[in-house]
Amino acid sequence: MATAEFRVSARKALADPELRANFRRAMDGLMSRRADLFARAGDWAGLRALGAAARLRALARLPELLERLEAKLVERGVRVHWAETVEQGNAIVGDILRRRGARLVVKGKSMVSEEMHLNHFLEGEGIEVLEADLGEYIIQLDHETPSHIIMPAIHKNRRQIAKLFFERIKGARYSEEVDELTALARAVLREKFERADAGISGVNFAVAETGTLVLVENEGNGRLCTTVPPVHIALMGIEKVIERLDQVPALLALLTRSATGQPITGYVNMITGPRRAGEKDGPDEMHLVILDNGRTRVYADAELRDVLRCIRCGACMNHCPVYTRVGGHAYPGTYPGPIGKILMPQMLGLEKVGDLPHASALCEACTEICPVAIPIGDILVRLRREGTRADSRAVQGAGARRSAFESLVWSAWAAIYATPVLYRPMVWTLTRLGGLLPRGLPGLRDWMRVRARPRFARRSLHELARRAGLPDA
Amino acid sequence: MPDARSAILTRLRAGAPATVTPPDEDFAPVAGIGMGGEERLARLRRAMEAVHTEFLDARGADWVPAIHAWMVAQSLPSLILAPRTEPGRRIAERWPGLGAGPRLIPYDRPLAEWKAALFAENGAGLTATLGGIAATGSLILIPSADEPRTLSLVPPVHIALLEVARIYDTMWQAMREQEWSRAMPTNLLLISGPSKTADIEQTLAYGVHGPKRLLVVLV
Repeated sequence: MATAEFRVSARKALADPELRANFRRAMDGLMSRRADLFARAGDWAGLRALGAAARLRALARLPELLERLEAKLVERGVRVHWAETVEQGNAIVGDILRRRGARLVVKGKSMVSEEMHLNHFLEGEGIEVLEADLGEYIIQLDHETPSHIIMPAIHKNRRQIAKLFFERIKGARYSEEVDELTALARAVLREKFERADAGISGVNFAVAETGTLVLVENEGNGRLCTTVPPVHIALMGIEKVIERLDQVPALLALLTRSATGQPITGYVNMITGPRRAGEKDGPDEMHLVILDNGRTRVYADAELRDVLRCIRCGACMNHCPVYTRVGGHAYPGTYPGPIGKILMPQMLGLEKVGDLPHASALCEACTEICPVAIPIGDILVRLRREGTRADSRAVQGAGARRSAFESLVWSAWAAIYATPVLYRPMVWTLTRLGGLLPRGLPGLRDWMRVRARPRFARRSLHELARRAGLPDA
Repeated sequence: MPDARSAILTRLRAGAPATVTPPDEDFAPVAGIGMGGEERLARLRRAMEAVHTEFLDARGADWVPAIHAWMVAQSLPSLILAPRTEPGRRIAERWPGLGAGPRLIPYDRPLAEWKAALFAENGAGLTATLGGIAATGSLILIPSADEPRTLSLVPPVHIALLEVARIYDTMWQAMREQEWSRAMPTNLLLISGPSKTADIEQTLAYGVHGPKRLLVVLV
């Protein structure tokens, strides 16, 4: 079922020329801006090594650093909550808001909140949640999910957004001017910032040494969400912690350059606790929710753990030939593109989305540009293997893609190759008569759906070697 | 949820690598690059102007009348300031003698007591800075009891004073020399331009939620 899902949605996306043009234009722009900046700013290799080291060091001591972070935050008056599942996470946020009698919440961009489907949950509780990032606001108006983790509304062009604003915002004038559309969103949201009972945000880096939450953004909505309302709730996955503050500059440089080709974002907002006595603004109550949602299982496997290095820059999407053509909505789950292909099967289970690791040509463009050097290609291959291994417990749903026919073919292949008396006649037959295999043969039929028919060489390597006088091993 | 906490930590410890030697870190790519003073300013200015930051060079002159004149020229109706800071006091003292111009509004009470008025104000907010960062074109701000966070956030124009002698090469250098990690304030900000977005077709638009304009006054 899941296999059909990505195929079907990908095919649908491929047939939509407007969607394809929107992604092509955006991805080309993002790739060239990133390349320009790294070319000018020199030391990509050194910066990348430093960023990867910071992430590896954090993962090597993850439980200890989480405890340290918690202790520091508590010392500064932040309440820390832990959630194993998205249901627990939602319940925690719901309880905080209910206790404060909150009716209106403004929210900065947070992919963890997308994992939790937090907006949907809070609306069910009768709480109005407004996405404050412009891209998130656009897709919220259209009841959509983000199609990119950095640029959530990248799948829409200005005409589509103009039409959406005109239809959904009361009193809006139709305009396709980006400045006018931006001003319209500013006017709507400004009033919400002023009235909001609570603000919700994500976290880019959580520094264990000081208990500091680092948030990056360009619009100022993140600062407004974490400053103006009386309550601030930050959400993060367990992997977001780093050891020390002096690791932030390298990670920050890698993040903003890789994501949008900027040397830095307009705002880097470092928050270390709620308002102190005497301060005139800032939230009087601050919470951090730390979410697991399958990450501890990812952590338990030494190879798969590398997925948790990710700093969510989205560069792997921008450079992925598959993502660029089908767009983010073709992927099931919260995270699309290469990072989604290695993360979502581990969060949702291979039995549900086991096709994702296969939705790749293994071109490794993602591996090459990943700012923290995650071996994405290797992990894709590993997950493909997990999909057929009934004896593995590393990933939920391991073995779900095992097919009796395929196992049989491989066992037969192994047996033939290990038995000269079977191997020689088979190779002789295939090299002479392989071209006559019927097109409808299972396996061959699937192969030929999108590829040319394989042609057998007239002489096998074995025969050629023997003819050249090489002795048998 | 204490149960979730111990369950998560227990699972992490069970899966933790027995002995992993954490990789060493070579900070050369983010360390200071030994720029000269003028080069620092030039780099900062170039990076910030590329994202629409405006500059007013008041070095060697009195910056209070310079700001007054700039605001009059821009027809800005009001200037919100932090009355207990040194720059705030200096402005309050000198402003009346400079003739007709923007009205001064002291930020002297908690946000909750004048939120609606602050949001409605259509002028500028003025803050000091703790220096700048040349490599990225950033200002360092540490909001405090005297200089609230919203002063650089809610008014449509943000005016920031920057002492040219306090520009660092890199963020890494600034945080080490200023010893941030010893006592982090509740909020520490890097501001590198006015509010902007590229969420519609990758087209840059300024002033989406935060200040529409940022003026850096060099002192």
